[in-house]
Amino acid sequence: MDKSVKTQNLASLKPNEKLDIENILKDLENYHPRRRNWIWRSSGTDTRPRISSSEDGTHNNIEGIVRAIHESPQRIGKFDYLETSQNLENSVPLPAAHYFNDIDPQPGCSITTEIASGRFEDDIRRMRMAAWHGADHLMVIRTAGQSHMEGLIEGTPQGIGGVPITRKQIRAQRKALDLIEDEVGRPINYHSYISGVAGPEMAVMFAEEGINGAHQDPQYNVIYRNINMVRSFVDAAVAKKMIAWAGIAQIDGAHNANATAREAWKVMPELMVQHGINCIFSVKAGIKKENICLSTVPPTSPPAPCMRMDLPYAVALRELFKDYRMRAQQNTKYMSSSTREATVSHTLNLLISELTSADIQSTITPDEGRNVPWHIYNMEGTDTAKQAFAGMDGLGTMLEIKRHNSELGNKVRELKERAILFLEEMIKEGGYFKAVEEGFFVDSGEYPERNGDGISRKIDGGIGVGTVYERDADYMAPVTAHFGYNNLAPFGEEAAKNPSSLIGGGTFENPEKIVFIDELDEEDNVNVRMERTEELRQTSKIMPEMEWQGDGIVQTTMFLPTDKRTASFAAIEIGKKMGLADVEVINVEVMHPAEGTRVEIKGRVDFTIDTAKLDIPPEPEVMTEDEIRSIIKSEPMTIVAGTVGSDEHSVGLREIIDIKHGGIEGFGIDCQYLGTSVPLEKLIDAAIETNADAILISTIISHDDIHYKNMKDLHNLSVEKGIRDKIILVAGGTQVSPEIAAKQGLDAGFGRGTKGINVATFLVKRREEMKGSK
Amino acid sequence: MERAMERPDDYLERREHLKELTEEQLEARFWELTEKLMDPVVKLAETHTSPSIERSVLLRMGFSSLESTAIVKQVMDHGLMGKGAGHIVYKAAKAKNIDIREAGLQLSEGKLWDEVDSLFKVKTQSLASQQGDRSNG
Repeated sequence: MDKSVKTQNLASLKPNEKLDIENILKDLENYHPRRRNWIWRSSGTDTRPRISSSEDGTHNNIEGIVRAIHESPQRIGKFDYLETSQNLENSVPLPAAHYFNDIDPQPGCSITTEIASGRFEDDIRRMRMAAWHGADHLMVIRTAGQSHMEGLIEGTPQGIGGVPITRKQIRAQRKALDLIEDEVGRPINYHSYISGVAGPEMAVMFAEEGINGAHQDPQYNVIYRNINMVRSFVDAAVAKKMIAWAGIAQIDGAHNANATAREAWKVMPELMVQHGINCIFSVKAGIKKENICLSTVPPTSPPAPCMRMDLPYAVALRELFKDYRMRAQQNTKYMSSSTREATVSHTLNLLISELTSADIQSTITPDEGRNVPWHIYNMEGTDTAKQAFAGMDGLGTMLEIKRHNSELGNKVRELKERAILFLEEMIKEGGYFKAVEEGFFVDSGEYPERNGDGISRKIDGGIGVGTVYERDADYMAPVTAHFGYNNLAPFGEEAAKNPSSLIGGGTFENPEKIVFIDELDEEDNVNVRMERTEELRQTSKIMPEMEWQGDGIVQTTMFLPTDKRTASFAAIEIGKKMGLADVEVINVEVMHPAEGTRVEIKGRVDFTIDTAKLDIPPEPEVMTEDEIRSIIKSEPMTIVAGTVGSDEHSVGLREIIDIKHGGIEGFGIDCQYLGTSVPLEKLIDAAIETNADAILISTIISHDDIHYKNMKDLHNLSVEKGIRDKIILVAGGTQVSPEIAAKQGLDAGFGRGTKGINVATFLVKRREEMKGSK
Repeated sequence: MERAMERPDDYLERREHLKELTEEQLEARFWELTEKLMDPVVKLAETHTSPSIERSVLLRMGFSSLESTAIVKQVMDHGLMGKGAGHIVYKAAKAKNIDIREAGLQLSEGKLWDEVDSLFKVKTQSLASQQGDRSNG
């Protein structure tokens, strides 16, 4: 990214500081985006599949159906990657990355996450989190009903299932994303919808405000929003022309047929036709093919044998539409409220993307089957894609799709033929509009089978009917990027070449001509909403949140040893007794019809926690493995260790000692392990005998505070034997804490979650201190 | 609503004319048909406009969403959609020798329309019978 173009007048973000939303909302009337166009990831990799025809022209070249790979591998940490893009400057790696020096390989394709909680101001923080996890395509869902509104919405009203897309809202989010892309070190593409009865106006606003991606597909209006089909297509051409001008990447709406059809796996021929219609229409309106993306979904999910249906379809699409881009969406049609199940389905979808190709990999949050997505699930969905692609990196160098004389090959051909037959019949019936009237689309039959249940729309029906006007011979529009007939000749050569020269340039040339409207509604706006949560930003108080600042929502998982229905009702009572308000069951899964049920509930807490009043012990200092090893090498260390008292627990101490668990042996420390139920005296004697530097006791049983007594006795015995000032005494156990251990006279105590390296660090440091005090 | 067609899967009979084609030929045929299907729709879009399109022109000329909406409503009331709302604002500004924004704001308030009607008079009369959604006929 061009670092010289830093966001105007804004201090850059600091990783350890929260994004200042109030500051984002300041001076918005003067903010203009620094770029317009979509930016693909810089990887030196073309993520599009390499497809070429076989010599005899009878089939496509199958070797092409693997994702193109780096000419030279990218070295990240200890590994060579074949399909990754540039690393981020700031990011949150996958949870297991700490085993691999915290590497965070980024897939070669763009990764989408869809964010729209209804309050755009809260979505901004979520966008920052998502960018750190690896999303660079942030898609904002519109509020319910916006597609039926004539004209633009202004201000910042709260939305339902999405946000009202307004100039103030997108300008604020684009401004925040300009800061966030500098922070992570990768351009972020911002995206929303150009459809409905205000499509051309949305397109103007998107081009002006630096939106980089947009859904635009007139078929979506017609089929799913019942907007008059003539109006839809006439509007779409004008919108698309501006999309082309602004370099916006366009995504079509075909995936909706998959989500709507009764049996989604049968709708594949029609999906290909829908993609084709929008592609051709977009090309004719001026959009470059490389900015036209097919929104494609693997149609089926387990327990159906989905790969055998989804893979041929994916191959057929990538062959037929080889000049276009693939935006691979994940399946939503067969989602339940189980986030685990959704994650597995989506991982299979990612395998299809890996085996075929994806330019944009969209992700669906695994909680979409239960609610409007929560913060944490945007990160989960993004991580699922990042994790799967990292794991499958370069798989195409080892696997090959059986493209010829195979079930897949036959199916690919059959799909193409069925799509052609669909087109032939549409033309025979009198064209596109006629076919829509006759219910060709979203029929549950696999074309040419038809079940008579398609969605039929009338040419003289729907929202916006009767609002299309023929352009007269002297029709004129003095603006840039206007599609269609425009009688500019009488206004001179310059006007014909550059229509907006007639008015001294329009808003596309002179952004200062854009009229910014702040708020129209005194009650329903961001300022009022943020006043209510001011305490949570200005003080040290916090509340849990899932969607909105201060929503107080928490979720809890439990197992109840009873049947499904009883468990659901019992879980609600449990939630209430836990002090939660508005308790709802959000997921129920049978473990056994009688033995028990897994239940997840959500509820709301209405208290805050003041973090300034928390007693948080300082984080233990940890030396690097290499540092510890080198110190031990130059000055060897011996310890004796055992579980003390009548206590047979051995696991905890073994974890701290054993080399295979990352224990202290691994750093070269000589460990004399005496076993379990070891008397304290025996440990002390062994320490004297081996001239040990330290004694490590494990004390797990806490009945009658026996662990306190063990620690105290260890200290006292060492004093009696005269070695206390020469030896380090350490205790560990589930009920042990540094404070308790210190109180009993020991040098340190380690509780749950302790690793060998924590203990080793302490031992090395304490030995140095003791030298100094002598 | 009349019931849409029901038909069993007759793919095998229907594909007879396709089965000798190579896949490359199939793909070419797919695109040829798609283009043939959509060309009349593209033509329709080239020659028509809508309230949203005209508002989009006014937005690009530097009017707010509210102003654009008010101007286009006036244009529709005067039966002049076929001229282009931007065209009307432009001509009114030229005729009155005022700037584009001033002309648009006055038009949005119902002013200057006598001027505009006379500027576009001849064609307005000849097209009077054609107002409305003729494309749907």
